[in-house]
Amino acid sequence: MVGGDVLVRFSMVQKTYDGEALVVKNLDLDIHRGEFLTLLGPSGSGKTTTLMMLAGFEVPTYGEITLNGKAINSLPPHKRNIGMVFQNYALFPHMTVAQNVAFPLEVRKVPKAEIGAKVAHALDMVQLAEFGKRRPAQLSGGQQQRVALARALVFDPELVLMDEPLGALDKQLREHMQMEIKHLHERLGITVVYVTHDQSEALTMSDRVAVFHGGVIQQIAAPDILYEQPKNAFVANFIGENNNLHGRIETIDGDRCTVVLDGGARVQATRVNVYGADMPTVLSIRPERLYIGDSPTDVTNRLTGTVVESIYLGDHLRVVMEVPGGSSLMIKMQARPNLSQPKPGDRIELSFRAEDCHAHAPLKVAAGDA
Amino acid sequence: MINQGADGELSPSTDGNAAIGGRALKARLRRAERMRKVAAFGLVAPLLLFVIVSFALPIAGMLWRSVEDTEVSSVMPRTIAALKGWGGQDLPSEEVYRAAARDLAEARANGTASAAARRLNYDINGFRTLIMTAARKAPSADEADIRAAFVALDARWGERETWAAVKRASGPLTDFYLLAAVDLQHDASGSIVHVPEERAIYLDVLGRTFRISLTVTLLSLFMAFPVAYLMSTQPAKVANLLMILVLLPFWTSLLVRTAAWVVLLQNEGLVNRLLVWMGVIDAPIRLIYNSIGVHVAMTHVLLPFMILPLYSTMKAIKPHYMRAAISLGAPPAVAFVRVYLPQCLPGIAAGCLLVFILAIGYYITPALVGGAGDQMLSYFIAFYTTDSVNWGMASALGAVLLATTMVLYGVYSRLVGDGAIKMG
Ligand SMILES: Nc1ncnc2c1ncn2[C@@H]1O[C@H](COP(=O)(O)OP(=O)(O)OP(=O)(O)O)[C@@H](O)[C@H]1O
Ligand SMILES: [Mg+2]
Repeated sequence: MVGGDVLVRFSMVQKTYDGEALVVKNLDLDIHRGEFLTLLGPSGSGKTTTLMMLAGFEVPTYGEITLNGKAINSLPPHKRNIGMVFQNYALFPHMTVAQNVAFPLEVRKVPKAEIGAKVAHALDMVQLAEFGKRRPAQLSGGQQQRVALARALVFDPELVLMDEPLGALDKQLREHMQMEIKHLHERLGITVVYVTHDQSEALTMSDRVAVFHGGVIQQIAAPDILYEQPKNAFVANFIGENNNLHGRIETIDGDRCTVVLDGGARVQATRVNVYGADMPTVLSIRPERLYIGDSPTDVTNRLTGTVVESIYLGDHLRVVMEVPGGSSLMIKMQARPNLSQPKPGDRIELSFRAEDCHAHAPLKVAAGDA
Repeated sequence: MINQGADGELSPSTDGNAAIGGRALKARLRRAERMRKVAAFGLVAPLLLFVIVSFALPIAGMLWRSVEDTEVSSVMPRTIAALKGWGGQDLPSEEVYRAAARDLAEARANGTASAAARRLNYDINGFRTLIMTAARKAPSADEADIRAAFVALDARWGERETWAAVKRASGPLTDFYLLAAVDLQHDASGSIVHVPEERAIYLDVLGRTFRISLTVTLLSLFMAFPVAYLMSTQPAKVANLLMILVLLPFWTSLLVRTAAWVVLLQNEGLVNRLLVWMGVIDAPIRLIYNSIGVHVAMTHVLLPFMILPLYSTMKAIKPHYMRAAISLGAPPAVAFVRVYLPQCLPGIAAGCLLVFILAIGYYITPALVGGAGDQMLSYFIAFYTTDSVNWGMASALGAVLLATTMVLYGVYSRLVGDGAIKMG
């Protein structure tokens, strides 16, 4: 999976629509054969644009895209042999489901006899074998999306692109389809580039996730690394829940640093993208890595704060605390029987490890230099 | 399967309710439905009334006039009655002649002879003078040899054909006009035959009407398609501007637009001068008062009616269909033919139907820019209503046009599929 040979390579790709703003900035990206890569990012971050350049519907303003080692900048989209699934399905309304799925085979002049078998197989694969004679309008959203999937896979493309294919489905159906797409990917061994702005979808399905922001990939990594070792404040905040503490670097020592918080407290943190003393920094800590009451033995940092709110959620407890300097922190702790729940107004101590606390450059700087 | 979300909701148990209150429920439903129907009818009533008064009644009237035949029977009732028993083998009996003498004398006194004369003249040329002379100098009904007295007036009174024509016109219904509208007539023995070559014009005109309409429809389609496509792909601002340009002709009178073509296409007109200047032709060619003029002007006038339905269908076709087709490996031309065009079909069907039907009834434009040989059926209908006040013939031509159009529409809607025609 990850680390396989390179199928697609973006080198120094830039894209502007209006000649003023770069929608994609200096994109360098390798997509490995067989991997499930997700482009994740907020709206307008350039995910669709990147995908469209790969599909051939948009031309890079600068830079080169190679597929199987060959530059494809001037290869028209219909010759790229890339399967594509659109958010709005784009099933042809005047054709039946079977005709839709047969379409890519017909335009490739596959013999008639083979087409029938392949279409049946593809529909079978998405569990819609009986629906071949229906019109797309007679299917539910999820069924339509599976037809679109079958149609994009029926001609055995090496690479399949999906642009928010589940965006129009409700939550339950979306989760089901996520698993279905993931299993299809595993079974067929194809390479998938998937666009979404739903981070849980990205974490669920992907081998690697590329986090886009402002036309730049902020970080590209496996889901767990993305979560545990975000490279900058944007990624830390975009993926999962996160707490921010503002302060200044006092000293740097290898991959550790000492930070003086705005409230005056001094903490140890893991250095990520801060480079010098006296630099402003944002510390990111996940809510489940903040402890109140019992704490692991290796915690290095302790702060005292006031409980603002405490909510019991069955499997866990959410506590919001205010610490000196005015920042509020959210703490997620495992609920246990007989747990004494902190009450608003209580002054208690919370603790965390240095390795769970990442010192990032503040967001604006980070977005600029990444 | 994954449809829990959509289908999983429980329906309330209706079987119990239905058993108890089924009948009452049905009555209640009917009452509720009736209220809705009354309300709906109230809303459409004004239009319905308008359509009936201004559309259905005139058409019914027209159809009626094309078969009604009362002029002769009202002027010459005795003659008609006397002719009832006449077989047509030889000349009618003296009774008939005497009845005619009385009728004609009375008609002369009342001044009604000309109506009958005009009606009979449609059938046989020269009948008008025959009747009018006879009315003026009608032999007395008591004349001994009444037959000889009539023949002395005009030899035609001694021909069977003359009396056959009178009998044919005895009404109250006739197929005379309808037959004439398709170049047919009854001969003296009553069988249906083609009219003589020199009088057979309507089939030609009908054929020409459909030919011109079809050509104009196709020309409009080919010219409107790219424009509508362009409009549907442009951003709103440009599309609106184009739309205004398309609709601009509607702001000027049809007469002005047609007259403008006269100016443009005449021998010394802009088009000819341009062609000469560019060296395409040496001397001005005839572009107007012939079929070129008719086609150009009609296509221009009818183009918006093709563009609008096309545009509205194309506007609804989202660009991602083409993208999807191309991403699936179809070259753009193939994607266009297999994915885009079929989705345009409702608009094409509607536009063609609209333009064709409008073209079939066109009158002013061909009348102004066409030659004598380019006139369409409407020209003759107008001629019969305004110039010769032959309502029967005008109505019959109208009825033939209507019938042919309906048949064509039937064939057409069968061809393109029933639900395929979409106006917007
Ligand atoms: N055809 C276009 N012409 C001009 N600007 C465009 C065009 N398509 C996209 N943009 C601009 O490029 C930027 C990136 O758009 P893109 O569609 O790639 O975002 P995205 O990451 O896919 O967002 P979303 O999650 O909302 O789909 C946006 O600011 C958008 O306004
Ligand atoms: Mg997008």
